[in-house]
Amino acid sequence: MPKPKIAFYWCASCGGCEETVVDLAEDILGVVEKVDIVLWPVAMDFKYQDVEALPDKSIFATLLNGAIRSSEQEHMAHLLRRKSRYLIAYGSCACTGGIPGLANQFERDQILKFYYEEAPSVVNDARTRPQLVFEENGRRTQLPELHHVVRSLDQVEQVDYYIPGCPPTPKITQAAVAALLDGRLPPKGTVLAAQDVALCEECPRRDSKPTDVVFTEFRRTHQKLLDPQLCFLAQGVVCMGPATRQGCGAQCPGGNMPCTGCFGGTDRVKSQGAKMISSLCSSLTAKEDEEIDRVLDGIPDPLGTFYRYTLPRTLFRRKIDLPAGHGTTDPGTTTE
Amino acid sequence: MPHESSPPSGNGSWTPRIVAFFCNWCTYTAADLAGVSRMKYAPSTRTIRLMCSGRLDPQFIVEAFAKGADGVLIGGCHPNDCHYAEGNYKCLRRFRLLRRVLAELGLEEQRLRLEWISAAEGDKVKTVINEMTAQIKALGPLGLPRRFEDWDREVTRLEQTVTQSRPPFEKEVVHA
Repeated sequence: MPKPKIAFYWCASCGGCEETVVDLAEDILGVVEKVDIVLWPVAMDFKYQDVEALPDKSIFATLLNGAIRSSEQEHMAHLLRRKSRYLIAYGSCACTGGIPGLANQFERDQILKFYYEEAPSVVNDARTRPQLVFEENGRRTQLPELHHVVRSLDQVEQVDYYIPGCPPTPKITQAAVAALLDGRLPPKGTVLAAQDVALCEECPRRDSKPTDVVFTEFRRTHQKLLDPQLCFLAQGVVCMGPATRQGCGAQCPGGNMPCTGCFGGTDRVKSQGAKMISSLCSSLTAKEDEEIDRVLDGIPDPLGTFYRYTLPRTLFRRKIDLPAGHGTTDPGTTTE
Repeated sequence: MPHESSPPSGNGSWTPRIVAFFCNWCTYTAADLAGVSRMKYAPSTRTIRLMCSGRLDPQFIVEAFAKGADGVLIGGCHPNDCHYAEGNYKCLRRFRLLRRVLAELGLEEQRLRLEWISAAEGDKVKTVINEMTAQIKALGPLGLPRRFEDWDREVTRLEQTVTQSRPPFEKEVVHA
């Protein structure tokens, strides 16, 4: 019997998710024994045509990491959906937009302008920018277009399962792949290998979490010598644990850093950041406007703190100031 | 709740849709009083009664906007008057933090408002709703559902492009 085919693909991501697959170390041999890898741009040489040539649904599962941010990524998401029985959003970016999703705070032109003109390390007096279409000697070359909105995978294509994390741990990756191969499949849309309860449940500092957390001020991690045992909330440090799904083994608290929320909220939560705001604010002692504001100043970037990995999937999705009609630019022509 | 805020009509008769979260013990009773006293105020609010403003999950506010509200008004008991002692303070702190986040997302400050209105202050309900309605009217519709649709046109568009032309990366790459 032929081995099931597996594909790994990356979109707008840093490569950390790929690193997790490599971090399986010798265990990857066990995986390779059971499956055929048909696409893995970071590690193996396959061409777009190889994928295109495969019959539809012939890939058993595609683990796609990264957010969808360009027309090429979107196209690949559609293609891999067509070729795969299971399309799996792998990692925070594919699941909820992740770090690249924070670009949704800015307009596309603002980003391109900084990147190609204003960044301190850029020398570009001619203000040259990559053009979407370029013609030379009758040859027409095209580049992918950057979208105005960074999206999670399930905002452009139907997703069967989610494996969250920035990056997902080797352990949950292995467990998820094993569950897929053994056919032990939960209902579609399930987050694989992560229990639907908050991180605090599995946190080694759990016993030191006070029944009544009380905040008189917020301290950031570099402003305080952190106690390696005590619950971060008890130390006045924002830890996203109470609003974040468990499954990572509480590695950050284990390494003396508070949770930043990469696994996203639990299934019952619609907006992870709003939940954390709710939780933190109920435990503040301040009662007067000025006092409250002074304490809140201890969180200088609330959007980036509470929605670090989920901005594109929250109910607002991006900064709302995008002028109307931005979805309708013609990709065949140059923009800006 | 309908998913769209009503589009502005030519004669300027557009009324904003304001979702009002009122606490059972003070502001809701005040709104009741305003009604019994036959006070007239703008018909722009959809009131949702909560037992306490401290029950107001910030998710409710975000969701109201995302589903088409043009404004969200929160009404609770005056400080030290909360039926549950501290609920309104929790609401105040959540409001002030959420407001910072929503400002970063480009939401105008006037679209989210918190007012302490006691059970006796029916006239304040009237004043606040009228004032907020006028402010939001000046701002125009928020219309997030419509914006989401507009943003998503850039992804629905791709399929047409692909069928029309060869995808850019299908091109053969010749290695030297």
